[in-house]
Amino acid sequence: MTALTDLTIAGMKAGLAARDFSAAELTAAHLAAMAGARDLNAFIVETPEIAAAQAAAADAALARGEARPLAGIPLGIKDLFCTEGVQTTAGSKILQGFVPQYESTVSGKLLADGAVMLGKLNMDEFAMGSSNETSAYGKVISPWKARNSNRELVPGGSSGGSAAAVAARIAAGATGTDTGGSIRQPASFVGIAGIKPTYGRCSRWGVVAFASSLDQAGPMARTVEDCALLLTSMCGYDPKDSTSLNVAVPDFTAGLTGDLRGKRIGVPREYRLDGIDATIAALWDQGLEWLKAAGATIVDVSLPHTRYALPVYYIIAPAEASSNLARYDGVRYGLRVTPPGGNLADMYSATRAAGFGAEVQRRIMIGTYVLSAGFYDAYYTQAQKVRTLIAQDFEKAWDVCDLLLTPTAPSAAFAFGDKADPLAMYLNDVFTVPASLAGLPAMSVPAGLSADGLPLGLQIIGRPLDEAGVLDAGLAIERAAAFTARPA
Amino acid sequence: MSVDAETVRKIARLARIGIDDAQVAPLAGELSTILGWIEQLGEVDTTGVAPMTAVIPNHLAWRTDAVTDGDIQAKVLANAPDATSGFFAVPKVIE
Repeated sequence: MTALTDLTIAGMKAGLAARDFSAAELTAAHLAAMAGARDLNAFIVETPEIAAAQAAAADAALARGEARPLAGIPLGIKDLFCTEGVQTTAGSKILQGFVPQYESTVSGKLLADGAVMLGKLNMDEFAMGSSNETSAYGKVISPWKARNSNRELVPGGSSGGSAAAVAARIAAGATGTDTGGSIRQPASFVGIAGIKPTYGRCSRWGVVAFASSLDQAGPMARTVEDCALLLTSMCGYDPKDSTSLNVAVPDFTAGLTGDLRGKRIGVPREYRLDGIDATIAALWDQGLEWLKAAGATIVDVSLPHTRYALPVYYIIAPAEASSNLARYDGVRYGLRVTPPGGNLADMYSATRAAGFGAEVQRRIMIGTYVLSAGFYDAYYTQAQKVRTLIAQDFEKAWDVCDLLLTPTAPSAAFAFGDKADPLAMYLNDVFTVPASLAGLPAMSVPAGLSADGLPLGLQIIGRPLDEAGVLDAGLAIERAAAFTARPA
Repeated sequence: MSVDAETVRKIARLARIGIDDAQVAPLAGELSTILGWIEQLGEVDTTGVAPMTAVIPNHLAWRTDAVTDGDIQAKVLANAPDATSGFFAVPKVIE
């Protein structure tokens, strides 16, 4: 018999409905997996008592025939989502011990649909990072190893704990958040699926803010269908988030066919970077062949401002972060450090120096600089204008195609410390950032292995609100790739 | 753009992040590298281009100007590092 932790969410739903196993058994299997994989450091807080109680409630609902769509499904929640009564730190020392008195809208919707929370997942501090090395609670270690190597690999970031937990079969699925690729890049690194929906699809209320015009929650799971199931529960209008879109949420699982007849897939020529890894280039071509076999036609498109996306991102995201993180001043919550005899300003400076890690401090300072008098127009306003041009590039592309296919990341997972230079790390987001700047739905699907036997993902980008189209193309790739490799 | 030591200290002060002398030179180097890299945006002709204000066209919704919650003083103060007599307490700010 397949281990309970190996089932997909869809498989778990079927098994629970057929009474093949109970939610309590399913949760116990995952809690055991969590306890057995602590060396990955995927969780900052484990919540076994909460999980057991929620599983019992799910079993009662199943017995009454009143089970909600996710009844009994064990999930991990990224530590960026405020969870009522459970410590939420955003991976930062400055929020150590912070216990929200409220539940984020997205985690609340998952729990209302019957999900079981296993714990809070580790992440890069305030979601700033592409490797999970910036967490104040220690790095998360990928369950994968390269062939013939014992080096520990990064799980990607910032949703690295989410990625590692799902890949290691600790959680059936997890929440992630994506600001410049923080769902898609870690999903690619560990061989799972993840989708960032259209900006505004998921409420940001109760999600610790990094860059408000970019941040978007989304699911991470081992199959496209599982992502669709979770996304259906996570999306929806929320009057508490003024950027929340007041549009109907379809059942994203209903339209999944993998049939792409009539669909036009665009290949952005500017993504063919000089010196792109040959294996990734070949996988990209293979992906296009798979989509063709599913009925799609392939068209060449141009996104001429692509090369400016990263510098735009590294102005806008730090600028918004410097503003959002101004609230961590030691007054209302979190760490407070008061130097002896110090005044209020001394308290602010000492608290923020002690509470924020190096990467967060660096980004706050960049943000402060580009917003400061004399530099605002040259940096921030210019970045906002180029952001408009990047969004317009995509709008023009939609005249000739329905979806775009690209690699998710320029490389497979790397080892800890291999990208010590901040700029080298930033370049890892080269394929994911443009869609973030344009607010578009985009997902990563595992599609193959690198020469060293590490997972590689392909990215599908869609029109605003066309998550269904993105998921359907994802399903076509998933079926054709038949990705069955898993961490040892 | 080369960021000098004085600029680093000024940005840190504006950002309310205390830094010690040993951090200044490395930060100046890192910020110079990053800002030098993002300066390539200056080469893009943005004449007549409007800066983006909303990534997905969406009108901000109005709501009634009314109290929507309240009487949650204990919750508001629950995570305060120092709460005294029902208030957030901070170091003395007046002489």
